[in-house]
Amino acid sequence: MNAPLIGQPVKRKEDLRFLTGSGQFTDDIALPGQARAYFLRSPHAHARIRSMDIEPARAAPGVVAVLTGADLARAKVGALPCGWLITDVNGKPMKEPPRPALAQDKVRYVGEAVAVVIAETLEQAKDAAELIEVDYEALPAVTRVADARKPGAPAVHEAAPDNVCYVWAIGDRAAVEKAFASAHHVTALEFVNNRLVPNAIEPRAALAQYSPGDDSYTLYVANQNPHVERLLMTAFVLGLPEHKVRVIAPDVGGGFGSKIFLYPEEIVITWAARRIGRPVKWTAERSESFLTDAHGRDHLTRAELALDRNGKFLALRVATTANLGAYLSTFASCIPTILYATLLAGQYTTPAIHCEVTAVFTNTAPVDAYRGAGRPEATYVVERLVDTAARELGIDRAEIRRRNFIREFPYQTPVALCYDTGNYEATLEEALRLADVAGFEARRREAEKRGKLRGLGFSTYIEACGLAPSNIAGSLGARAGLFEAAEIRVHPTGTVTVFTGSHAHGQGHETTFAQVVADRLGIPLENVDIVHGDTGRILFGMGTYGSRSIAVGGTAIVKALDKILAKGRKIAAHLLEASEDDIEFRNGAFQVAGTDRRKTFAEVALAAYVPHNYPLDRLEPGLNETAFYDPANFTFPAGSHICEVEVDPDTGAVKVVAFTAVDDFGRVINPMIVEGQVHGGLAQGIGQALLEGCVYDAESGQLLTGSFMDYAVPRADDLPSFKVATKETPCTHNPLGVKGCGEAGAIGAPAAVINAIVDALAPLGVRDIEMPATPERVWRAIQAAKAG
Amino acid sequence: MSVTVSMTVNGRPVSADIEPRTLLVQFLRDHLRLTGTHVGCDTGQCGACTVHLDDRAVKSCLLLAVQAQGARVVTIEGIARDGELHPMQTAFRDHHGLQCGFCTPGMVMAAIELATSNPNPTEEAIRAGLEGNLCRCTGYHNIVKAVQAGAAAMKR
Repeated sequence: MNAPLIGQPVKRKEDLRFLTGSGQFTDDIALPGQARAYFLRSPHAHARIRSMDIEPARAAPGVVAVLTGADLARAKVGALPCGWLITDVNGKPMKEPPRPALAQDKVRYVGEAVAVVIAETLEQAKDAAELIEVDYEALPAVTRVADARKPGAPAVHEAAPDNVCYVWAIGDRAAVEKAFASAHHVTALEFVNNRLVPNAIEPRAALAQYSPGDDSYTLYVANQNPHVERLLMTAFVLGLPEHKVRVIAPDVGGGFGSKIFLYPEEIVITWAARRIGRPVKWTAERSESFLTDAHGRDHLTRAELALDRNGKFLALRVATTANLGAYLSTFASCIPTILYATLLAGQYTTPAIHCEVTAVFTNTAPVDAYRGAGRPEATYVVERLVDTAARELGIDRAEIRRRNFIREFPYQTPVALCYDTGNYEATLEEALRLADVAGFEARRREAEKRGKLRGLGFSTYIEACGLAPSNIAGSLGARAGLFEAAEIRVHPTGTVTVFTGSHAHGQGHETTFAQVVADRLGIPLENVDIVHGDTGRILFGMGTYGSRSIAVGGTAIVKALDKILAKGRKIAAHLLEASEDDIEFRNGAFQVAGTDRRKTFAEVALAAYVPHNYPLDRLEPGLNETAFYDPANFTFPAGSHICEVEVDPDTGAVKVVAFTAVDDFGRVINPMIVEGQVHGGLAQGIGQALLEGCVYDAESGQLLTGSFMDYAVPRADDLPSFKVATKETPCTHNPLGVKGCGEAGAIGAPAAVINAIVDALAPLGVRDIEMPATPERVWRAIQAAKAG
Repeated sequence: MSVTVSMTVNGRPVSADIEPRTLLVQFLRDHLRLTGTHVGCDTGQCGACTVHLDDRAVKSCLLLAVQAQGARVVTIEGIARDGELHPMQTAFRDHHGLQCGFCTPGMVMAAIELATSNPNPTEEAIRAGLEGNLCRCTGYHNIVKAVQAGAAAMKR
């Protein structure tokens, strides 16, 4: 018998290959005869392409092909699709201007690909690209969300002259107006949710091969959901038979959302591989990552919270303008709507909520899901308002939250979601204890003696994970299902290979999923391998994003295991000459209840594959089962984050001196991995609050933060060590009781950090600081407050 | 035009005719197929390409291969001995100091040099010492723990 594996900090199975340099990332793969692709990109944010002369490039040394948007159009290569239809408040579909893989006639953001050069070597491709002459007629550009709807703003697309993709709303506006009319107090704030660049450390990469012998394609690509990539590319863009394309997402060096999407480069090289009859490889340089990976956030919001005299929340009114960039990326439209406004209830019983979202096109890179995707933006709105309201009403910030916490479940929010379970008081109290909030005043006074301003900030967040019940998602506009698939292949000797539609790019599924399987089957962990990221080996999959893998992918695995055990029970009943009803499975063996007659899992597996003594008249041989699992509801991880900062009033520099996160992810399979996920999320959340801000020049549309020198990804000396703990309120509607943990840190942290800074500066009269709270911004806020 | 470059890589003498503009990292990855050394930014800011050149940690995307003429180069593939992981590799696994694994080779190579030059590094010294290596997954929390443990193990 094995010790239980669920809940144990098992060391990761995947580590050995990464630690010895034997991981296989896309750029590590080299196919015989491969040519290299280099994309010529637009230097203009908005321009008409008058003409393009590619002949000198075509004649350059080593060049195999030069291809343009005109070539794609002639080959009838379609535009990139958007996977979620949002319906406007007037009942009209959102505007969906076409997004070609290579620009046709016009370019709409700096970095948009206009041609591809394919050559023997990358250097030759780059040299040749310099010879392409593009005659651009530069047009005025608009990059900022605040400018997109101004009268006379340049129109990014003819189809949307006011740059509006859609205006969408949720909630009961009349009930909200009524509550505001009779409120004791209203707290109002305007927020910028700063634009971010995901910056997975592995740049995007792709390698495509065409095999004329069977008319098939293989695409290696740094991607989070290879089946979705294949479906979109074959059915919507290239018009290829889906079964003739194999997409492999091998080791992938981080995604954070940015590798969910179908990108132009993958389409172009797949198409080109057949055209030139050779494998084609493309790997982004970091500057291309900055210019062309889908960015995140970029909201401008006005929000108001109505309260009664006891600090009870009466209503919330939110108006947000969201930047979609120049084109609709794969899931762009659902991020500032379905994944944002539905979270505005937070952990609170606010009875009336209304949110209106205007999504706009600008001459910037497409904006789509980035770690948290809508939920960090919602948490920021709610938690900044709550801390501010508490201060305005003179109520303790923990206490105002306690007065408004949801305590009865299931809880139907006024913004569509139904929370199945939670215990918000438990995570808050544990966070207060771990962060030693009781001792904060003493620390504040001590810091003051050193000339430093110390502040404490809270963020009690909620998220909706486990995307998603397909029927609900469908009714909200999703154009795809959101289930997950799994296959359990038991080998004759009783070892197991699991094929999962989830994809790991740092999350440790090869370990966590193996723990679930080994624990259920009572077999050693090393007898279980997890296979992911290959449409040629895995039946289907919707991939990994939105903290869905354990809740949806893990449950699909459990459902397949149930079938394995059900069949194993039948086989064991035959072998043990007992009734199936009398067979129980425990400690890795099928046993006749109340006796010591048993067959181990491996013995049953062997009987299934060597069916000499086997009920062949009633049962198929073999032990291999599949399952598709569509969740009944979202999962609702929640937690309390407390940030403590010290501000140097002379320089405006902010130091995070302590960060405490107490999260409720339901049941935890591997606490070591879960803590690691929280740490990484916190780093990105603190990064958003203090360091990271993507800036385009308002006039020229040039990306001003296009390298690691200009865009501050957190470094080791920017961050503290974290205090992390979990509380377990098991999810009620999946068999593992799990909720998901990948995004929590990024969702909770930004509000906690800014609340802490504002707390430190509140005695000076500062009420708000825009993210990222750079030393300059903080210093200016202090000076402005001093000037009164 | 090509030039001949010779060096020792992971204890093995190597020699090749290369274009003079070939970077050390390209030489390692494309010519020697040592793909454990990664390229994350091309501009010397992320540290994923960190290798040892005559026992010093260097960013191999900032060096031409010809600058390593005659040098001893060690990559992530060359630090385990007789199938036994280097203590720093073991420490990264024990402390979950890696997630996606892409920055890991550079991080481990930087950490080994850090621990060699400072056998008892404080948390602050580790954070300052790894400032040239970006990780987007771990938030550095477990990397710091791993380097502390790895440094202690290297003394044994």
